[in-house]
Amino acid sequence: MLAALFVMTGIALVLGVALGYASRVFKVEGDPLVDKIDAILPQTQCGQCGYPGCKPYAQAIAKGEADINRCPPGGEEGIRKLADLLGKEFKPLDAEAGVEKPKSVAVIDENTCIGCTLCIQACPVDAIVGSSKQMHTVVAELCTGCELCVAPCPVDCIHMEPVTETIENWKWKYPVAEIKERHAA
Amino acid sequence: MIATLFRFKGGVKPETHKDCSTRQPIARAPLPSRLIVPLHQSAGGTPRPLVEPGQAVLKGERIGAADGNFSAAVHAPTSGVVKALAPHVMPHPSGLSALCVVIEPDGADRWIEREPVNYRSLAPDELRDELRDAGVVGLGGAVFPTHLKLKPSQGGRTETLILNGAECEPWITCDDMLMRERAEVIVRGGAVMRHILQSERVLIGIEDNKPQAIEAMRTTVARLGETMEVVAVPTRYPAGGAKQLIKVLTGIEVPYGKRSQDYGVQCFNVATAYSVWHALERGEPLISRIVTLTGNVERPRNFEVLIGTPLEELLPLVGPLPDTDRYIMGGPMMGFPLPSASVPIVKATNCIIAASPALFPPPPPEMPCIRCGACATVCPHELQPMELYWFARGKNFGKAQEYSIFDCIECGCCAYVCPSHIPLVDYFRFAKSEIWSREKEKAAADAARSRFEFRNERQEREKREKAERLAQKTAGARAADAKRALIAAAIERARAQKEQVQPRNTDNLTPEQQAEIAEAEARRARIRAMAQTPPEKPL
Repeated sequence: MLAALFVMTGIALVLGVALGYASRVFKVEGDPLVDKIDAILPQTQCGQCGYPGCKPYAQAIAKGEADINRCPPGGEEGIRKLADLLGKEFKPLDAEAGVEKPKSVAVIDENTCIGCTLCIQACPVDAIVGSSKQMHTVVAELCTGCELCVAPCPVDCIHMEPVTETIENWKWKYPVAEIKERHAA
Repeated sequence: MIATLFRFKGGVKPETHKDCSTRQPIARAPLPSRLIVPLHQSAGGTPRPLVEPGQAVLKGERIGAADGNFSAAVHAPTSGVVKALAPHVMPHPSGLSALCVVIEPDGADRWIEREPVNYRSLAPDELRDELRDAGVVGLGGAVFPTHLKLKPSQGGRTETLILNGAECEPWITCDDMLMRERAEVIVRGGAVMRHILQSERVLIGIEDNKPQAIEAMRTTVARLGETMEVVAVPTRYPAGGAKQLIKVLTGIEVPYGKRSQDYGVQCFNVATAYSVWHALERGEPLISRIVTLTGNVERPRNFEVLIGTPLEELLPLVGPLPDTDRYIMGGPMMGFPLPSASVPIVKATNCIIAASPALFPPPPPEMPCIRCGACATVCPHELQPMELYWFARGKNFGKAQEYSIFDCIECGCCAYVCPSHIPLVDYFRFAKSEIWSREKEKAAADAARSRFEFRNERQEREKREKAERLAQKTAGARAADAKRALIAAAIERARAQKEQVQPRNTDNLTPEQQAEIAEAEARRARIRAMAQTPPEKPL
């Protein structure tokens, strides 16, 4: 009886120490689920989901506060990936958040720009260069197409231009299977 | 002589159709009415244009400078005037346009001053820069910049140099004719490459269906006294694939994700060796290449064509038959139909095949996969095309990558043998470009995330710094108040002291002294009164 007690206590102690050690050594910083969700989101930081950026939206999804269908730039494919990750049912994009559009970049009409810096302040990824009373311009490679700079412009000199297809970004098309007409026998 | 040859797995033996275009020697194509030279002709970055419309250029003048090291320059193929710097439809499966330099030849064909390089006295790095600026790229079809491949492996040398003259794809004969007619330059070019790579062995692999080329190369090697081996390899498509030829000649199988350099082997097309020699020994950049014009034409033949020559100006030389309905660039296995006959010849153009419905009948309709496994038996990379097909078709790209879709060289053997006529390579190309574009998007998203995070951090920092500055300012104001209070207190103290200390000389006065003071006061009052009434006239 006593031996059994000792053995059990001993095992409990050893396991307790091992678990305590493991919880310190293998501690995971941050929430891995948030990072996984954040990795799926397109990082446009546009705020169309109603959260100030992709990470806050990812946190809200992880907490179960937000639905997975509120990201228009991610589109249907993004929703599918989120549904896969979270084991949820796919649902179409929430029309309230916006509509899926082809990828565009902002273009500043440099003749009209008055150099007010409002768009620079609005850009979430620092993709606009310029300074007060100097012409501004968008660095196209860095622009995520979030459209946040369009509204603040007091002279309406910013418009969105869809990214054109070039030989560098052209993709092979999905081979289309021919649909044959079936003749009535 | 090499003792044994090795075998690569799979492969097919399609009809070669090579005889028709080898009956005539290589001819020089006449100067076209205009040259459309695309800036982007090699793997890697797009060269920066160096010319402006209206500018006169000489033959061999650089018109596009390499963009970084992973790129190669482009040159004016003849002397003339730059007419425009404009987009033009490209020989590319997309049919899209890209920036081209349009040159109107002046007919003089005047060379720029050519500066040959003594390759034995230059450092390898300088030689590589020379080749980059001479626009030398792999002419086997992949147009990979040659200077990047001419780097010795670790240890300062690449043991084996392979010159690829296999030319395994049907119809194409440009390398065959080059070896027959200009073997000497190829061998000399091979010697230059051997010098740069410090190679011990040089193997020249030629498919055994080109006996004249093998003979020409053998006699030339013997005549020049070079220690190179000309090896006849069995004719089996795709023996000319770099990895396949390396396997056949050396037995080395280069695994996924590795380069042949890592195993001490490097492989170049024979035409590349030819242009390396011209670039270094003659100072002539890559401005022309041999192109096979064949297929549904009256007089199939090989031509030496200036880069940028529009295809439509070459066609009258061979006379396409009336039922020609499209033109294929490359061979029938890996080539693609050209979007228009106005496309220019580029460094990658080895062959143009005129196609007709009779010669290349439209493929029968695609049938369901029956899992016969024929594709797996012919795949030279030992992949399982039927599995890749399912994954590509179902857009299951992760799984496709797991099954090594990026090992596929798109040789087309699987589609060639497929009894259900499934365009397998089209599915693989679709999956590959989709995966690439996703990876690019992912990288862009990661960059955007880090920029966003940096911006947030910066804004936080700015806010913090502002708050700190404000705090400092108020602290400073408070310090100033304390100082002022100190001064006020000191003044107050001084006043109190003054009040306490009474003047002593007015106390306890005698009546005489009082009288004196009164008199002085009266005098003062008088003077003051006088000072207040201005004099009426000067005294």
